[in-house]
Amino acid sequence: MKKIILLNILFFNIIYSQQTPAPDQDKSVLIFGAVAHIGNGETIKNSIIGFNDGVIDLVAQSDTNILKENIKEYDTIIDATNSHVYPGIIALNTNLGLVEIDAVRASVDDDETGTYLPEIRSIIAYNAESKAVESMRPNGVLLAQVAPNGGIISGKSSVVQFDAWNWEDAVIEYDQGIHINWPSPYTYGRWWLGEDRGLKANSNYSKQIKGLKDFFDKSKANMSVKKSMNLKSNAMKPLFDGLITVYLYADDEKEIVDGITFLKGYGINKIVIVGATESKNQLNFIKKNNIPVVVKQPYRFPQSTDSDPMETFEIAKKMLDQGILVSIDPTGTASARVSIRNLPFYAGSFSSFGIDKEIALSLITLNPAKILGIDKDFGTLEVGKSATLFISSGDALDIISNDVTHAFISGRGLSLETHQTRLWRRYSNKYSDSQ
Amino acid sequence: MKRFFFFSFFLSFGLYGQDYFVVNDGVKTKDYQYNVFTNANIYTDKGIINKGTLVEKDGKIVDLGSNISIPINSIVFDLDGKFIYPSFIETHSSFGVKKPVRRGSGRSSQYEPTRSGYYWNDHIMSDYNSFGDYNYNQKEAKGLRDIGFGVVNSHRNDGVHRGTSFTIGLIDNQNESYRIISKKTAEHYSFSKSLTSNQSYPSSTMGAIALIRQLHYDSNWYSQGSSETKDLSLEALIENKKLPKLFDANDKLNVYRAAKLSNEFDLNFVIKGSGKEYENVRELKKFNNTLIIPVNFPKAFDVSNTNLNEKLTINQLRYWNQAPTNLGVLEKNGINFSITSSDLKNKKDFLKNIRKAIKNGLSEKAALDALTIIPAKSLNLNDKIGELDKGFIANFLITSGPIFDDKTEINENWVKGQRHIVKSNDNVNIDGNYTFNINDKSYQVKISNSLLRPKANVKRDSINIKSKTSLVDDWLSVTFFDSIDGRSSFAQISSKISSTDNLSGRGIDFNNEAFLFNIPKNKAKKESESKRKNSPGETFVSDVTFPNVGFGISSIPESRSIHFKNATLWTNEEEGIIENTDIIIDNGKIIEIGKNLKTPPNFSVIDASNKHITSGIVDEHSHMAATSINEGGHNSSAEVSIMDVINPDDISIYRNLAGGVTTVQILHGSANPIGGQSAIIKLKWGSEIDNMFFKGADPFIKFALGENVKQSNWSGSRFPQTRMGVEQVFVDHFDRAKHYGETWNQYNSLNNREKRSVNKPRYDEELETLLEVIDGKRFISSHSYVQSEINMLMKVAEKFDFRIKIFTHILEGYKVADKMAKHGVGGSTFSDWWGYKFEVNDAIPFNASIMHNAGVTVALNSDNSELSRRLNLEAAKAFKYGNISEEEAWKFVTLNPAKLLNLDNRIGSLKVGKDADIVMWSGHPMSLYTKAEKTYIEGALYFDIDKHKTKLEKIKNEKSELIKLMFAENTPGANLKFPNPLPQIEVDCDYIEF
Repeated sequence: MKKIILLNILFFNIIYSQQTPAPDQDKSVLIFGAVAHIGNGETIKNSIIGFNDGVIDLVAQSDTNILKENIKEYDTIIDATNSHVYPGIIALNTNLGLVEIDAVRASVDDDETGTYLPEIRSIIAYNAESKAVESMRPNGVLLAQVAPNGGIISGKSSVVQFDAWNWEDAVIEYDQGIHINWPSPYTYGRWWLGEDRGLKANSNYSKQIKGLKDFFDKSKANMSVKKSMNLKSNAMKPLFDGLITVYLYADDEKEIVDGITFLKGYGINKIVIVGATESKNQLNFIKKNNIPVVVKQPYRFPQSTDSDPMETFEIAKKMLDQGILVSIDPTGTASARVSIRNLPFYAGSFSSFGIDKEIALSLITLNPAKILGIDKDFGTLEVGKSATLFISSGDALDIISNDVTHAFISGRGLSLETHQTRLWRRYSNKYSDSQ
Repeated sequence: MKRFFFFSFFLSFGLYGQDYFVVNDGVKTKDYQYNVFTNANIYTDKGIINKGTLVEKDGKIVDLGSNISIPINSIVFDLDGKFIYPSFIETHSSFGVKKPVRRGSGRSSQYEPTRSGYYWNDHIMSDYNSFGDYNYNQKEAKGLRDIGFGVVNSHRNDGVHRGTSFTIGLIDNQNESYRIISKKTAEHYSFSKSLTSNQSYPSSTMGAIALIRQLHYDSNWYSQGSSETKDLSLEALIENKKLPKLFDANDKLNVYRAAKLSNEFDLNFVIKGSGKEYENVRELKKFNNTLIIPVNFPKAFDVSNTNLNEKLTINQLRYWNQAPTNLGVLEKNGINFSITSSDLKNKKDFLKNIRKAIKNGLSEKAALDALTIIPAKSLNLNDKIGELDKGFIANFLITSGPIFDDKTEINENWVKGQRHIVKSNDNVNIDGNYTFNINDKSYQVKISNSLLRPKANVKRDSINIKSKTSLVDDWLSVTFFDSIDGRSSFAQISSKISSTDNLSGRGIDFNNEAFLFNIPKNKAKKESESKRKNSPGETFVSDVTFPNVGFGISSIPESRSIHFKNATLWTNEEEGIIENTDIIIDNGKIIEIGKNLKTPPNFSVIDASNKHITSGIVDEHSHMAATSINEGGHNSSAEVSIMDVINPDDISIYRNLAGGVTTVQILHGSANPIGGQSAIIKLKWGSEIDNMFFKGADPFIKFALGENVKQSNWSGSRFPQTRMGVEQVFVDHFDRAKHYGETWNQYNSLNNREKRSVNKPRYDEELETLLEVIDGKRFISSHSYVQSEINMLMKVAEKFDFRIKIFTHILEGYKVADKMAKHGVGGSTFSDWWGYKFEVNDAIPFNASIMHNAGVTVALNSDNSELSRRLNLEAAKAFKYGNISEEEAWKFVTLNPAKLLNLDNRIGSLKVGKDADIVMWSGHPMSLYTKAEKTYIEGALYFDIDKHKTKLEKIKNEKSELIKLMFAENTPGANLKFPNPLPQIEVDCDYIEF
């Protein structure tokens, strides 16, 4: 009990002030009594979890003996009885750290000019000290893919963790994905030019596809030249070599089928669909091609005014039923970037439409780790994996019970303070002092 | 007798009118002749005169009837059973009028008028008369005459007040002096701005409505001589007061809005609709306005692509299916209307579409009235045109048969006694079967389409024989190709057509021998009529729902008497959250709450074990269900009201019911510091607009602070551009409003004699509204972000001795919560948004709980039609971030917004006597695993999760039925429409109407 009190002091006072990254783990930590949500669908009711040097070295069902045995092995003991332990949540397709305030152009760095931009690397613009980034942690979101937007080929994404001094410090995986916005076969009329506001065929669609094809062909030809000075072709090489993943942004079923067919035609197999809002009729096709889907979060309008308003919540289950590997795309909602901290709630909402809660958890832990190719180290609470996890006093997937008390990235205890909690304390104190 | 006298005077005036014109190309000639039409079926208001005679002279009908003596100096046209109808009148047209030129837009917005000496708004052009920009257009005239029009009322369709129209006869071979029927016929209005000016105001439908209101207040005031300056627009308006007023609404909701305006100012608008009035006829029929309805029925969609079919909405499919019923529906509902050809791309579809409307329920009498008498009345010209009667202008059509029969053609279109041949058709109808005996063989010849291009089908012993037919002038030739005695040969007949029932002439037989013939027509079988009768029964027409979109309803749900047993009640009252408790509703109210209650007789029982029941969610800040949100044309638009532009068709209403929302305040947007008046509605999906308004609710107005009103995130030029300027906008307007109030008080305190000696103050809608605010009769909900401006607005209000009621958004409210509590203002905030613009950098999710703990009444709002359907989860966030109980957090979306809107005596908690606006949830209402299962408003069930599933099934089936029907029109080469559903827009504060 004493040790626990000590720990709390440690968290609020010793671990520097907020935002300052924690030093490497030098004291081993043992968490006992919590429900462990492994991230792969399994749970351990009364668990015991230990980690040292940033790596989990114990995950087991606890009992009095096991607890007694282990409690002396670890430096810091956390009694988490009645609490829950989760692997750190992983967000895909974010522009965290690239944009600070959407309306202030000077703070916007996620959208380069140009159409085919494979050479663009998001990681070098990533601001590890972004206020938006730190605000993710108190809800359990600890890792993210940082991806560029814009153009047809937007550039390359990297994977970061949220407790770092700078981008080099933050990076987990460099340039692991290339992002392609598949052109839309349909557009809405430009009413301000006097056109009908309704949907119409995109008259440029085939031209855009042809342009993309030309770019792919050219890149493939150029990249075989040794010491080529063609930056774009060189940047495409790892894609053709099967070293990196294509994140294909496609919503409409036609986009999905055209996009996948196109990429498969180049022998590219590491494909992930992002968005997939109108994919319900092509799930079979997606499964057949063995392609994971990062499906848009459910808080958005359904396809049409006649569609079931619940449709956006039901799609994740339909995908899982097909056997597709599913994760969640947090974009497309109001105040979207800062709302990525609501990612656990998007998973919870999907689960309320027929998905087991533990499976829903895997949509934001194991599955994104698999998609990013970092599942060797992240995504589940398993021995040998990075000690990137958090403790919540209640169900982390529901808003009313998500209450993160501790969070660790590679064993390093994180501050859960943010710009926002600082303001909260400052003004709460102002009024309580004056009373 | 009087009328007759008047006419003879007019007639003689007309006769000698142009005698003073000089002739230099010959001798002056004068026509004295009468044109007389005999043996016609003449359509008059009193019925059809069979074998009737019509006498025309000098462009007027002199006489008509069945026993008319024909003057000696007559040209007689024997119409041989043809029909005469009054020609049609086009009320809505820009015939011959030069199109307005769009004024190039400058870089920045224009706020001032361009003209001086006229009204303060360029879009009011009451002084304009379209005749000045008119040139007779022969081609256009022919297009209209060919489809039956004789007279057209034309105006430049540009601007809110479009000035006056003129009316002319479509006469090619005369000049304007003869064509003009009226140079200034009617005033024309619309809700759309003029292309000829860039003046920003009005930038929305509600702005246009307010402008028309102010215009009429101003004109009344001006007509009393109260103005010290001249205004030529108002003078024209006053001068034209007695003219008919036509309103181009062009949209079913705008028809309703125009009708309301018409009623308010007694303007008797004749309103041009869109053809979709069948969707809101139950509201339109309450007004007496005559409508002008187009018959531009939509084309079928190209339904060959499954992917695209899925995007089509039920409303689009129904429009194609239901549009032909529109006129019939209007007739059945007792609405007067005329028919216009104006929206038709291909004018030739005009009669075809009217005939289609007749097959879909329109009576022939109503159709003809809608083309003649009603438009004449609408233009106040019904003493001259629109009927066939003595003294009327001789505008009439000669048709080959009853006008609405499919095969009938318009042969001639006489306008003011001037003949225009539409279809040179002296052809005689010889359609029928004839039997010829040639070379001892019997040939059956069936002639069809003889009025246009005759075709002969020839059979010998029911074997088809090749033949060729020609008609040159009135000579018919038919050539038969057949084999005779084993060799192929031909025979030919040739007949000058003079009679409908026999063919006579000469021919050559297959042996090249000449013969004479006189063959009577075989007795016709009446098969065509029975065929026609069968067809209407086959068409499937979807039911119209309210609204006519997916999830629309066929009847308004009624208030129920229900005993909910054993629920967890979130009372929001002293009792708090109580388990295993019953609640009984009846007659729209909560009548009893308690444990183990007895079910009153005839009440239904719902077992609510494991369910939670709460009062309905209230959203203080919504922008759903409205056509306009922002009127950004001025920095103050206090005169506009969202109540004028409710859109009951918005699917957001239904989606929000599915999220447990029952009452919302629809606010004006945040384009300007002083926004517009808001509407507080209950989400009574499918109800008439008037029944949605929260009865007895206090009026509110939207104010706004921050980046939007100072135009920070786009380029703007109007004052204010800083927060400093924003303060002065408020001070200035309240100063003026106060002064305005004082001026009126002073004036009203005068006795009648004194009143006559001073100028009456001008009634100003904007200042009236602001005066209500100062007087505490209207309440402010102010969009706000940072602490400086929040503090400022409270100080401004205090200076004028009133209080701000609500700060909405109020993201830095936590920084001035003590001041807010002292001022007595509530805070309606977002739960966890921030970081999207500079002024929300310090927005924190703890805001709600800090404000609450400091004594501020706190609510959570949506500002977004997607987010509002999960406000229960926003309450959960407020609970998560901060030190408050679940119960308090729940009040943030129910009782507290009700308090802020002064509605907590009616809604917001479960309390006996309050409205039965309640929601039954599947579990804890703030858990995201929970769903709203039943949503009641005043005891009526507006959302039910089980019925929802049935509705989905119905939508699916109806869509597939309609698409199946549409395939019938998906023929090769058919002119089809691309499936073009509208985008769904998440409407928020920044929404600009287009």
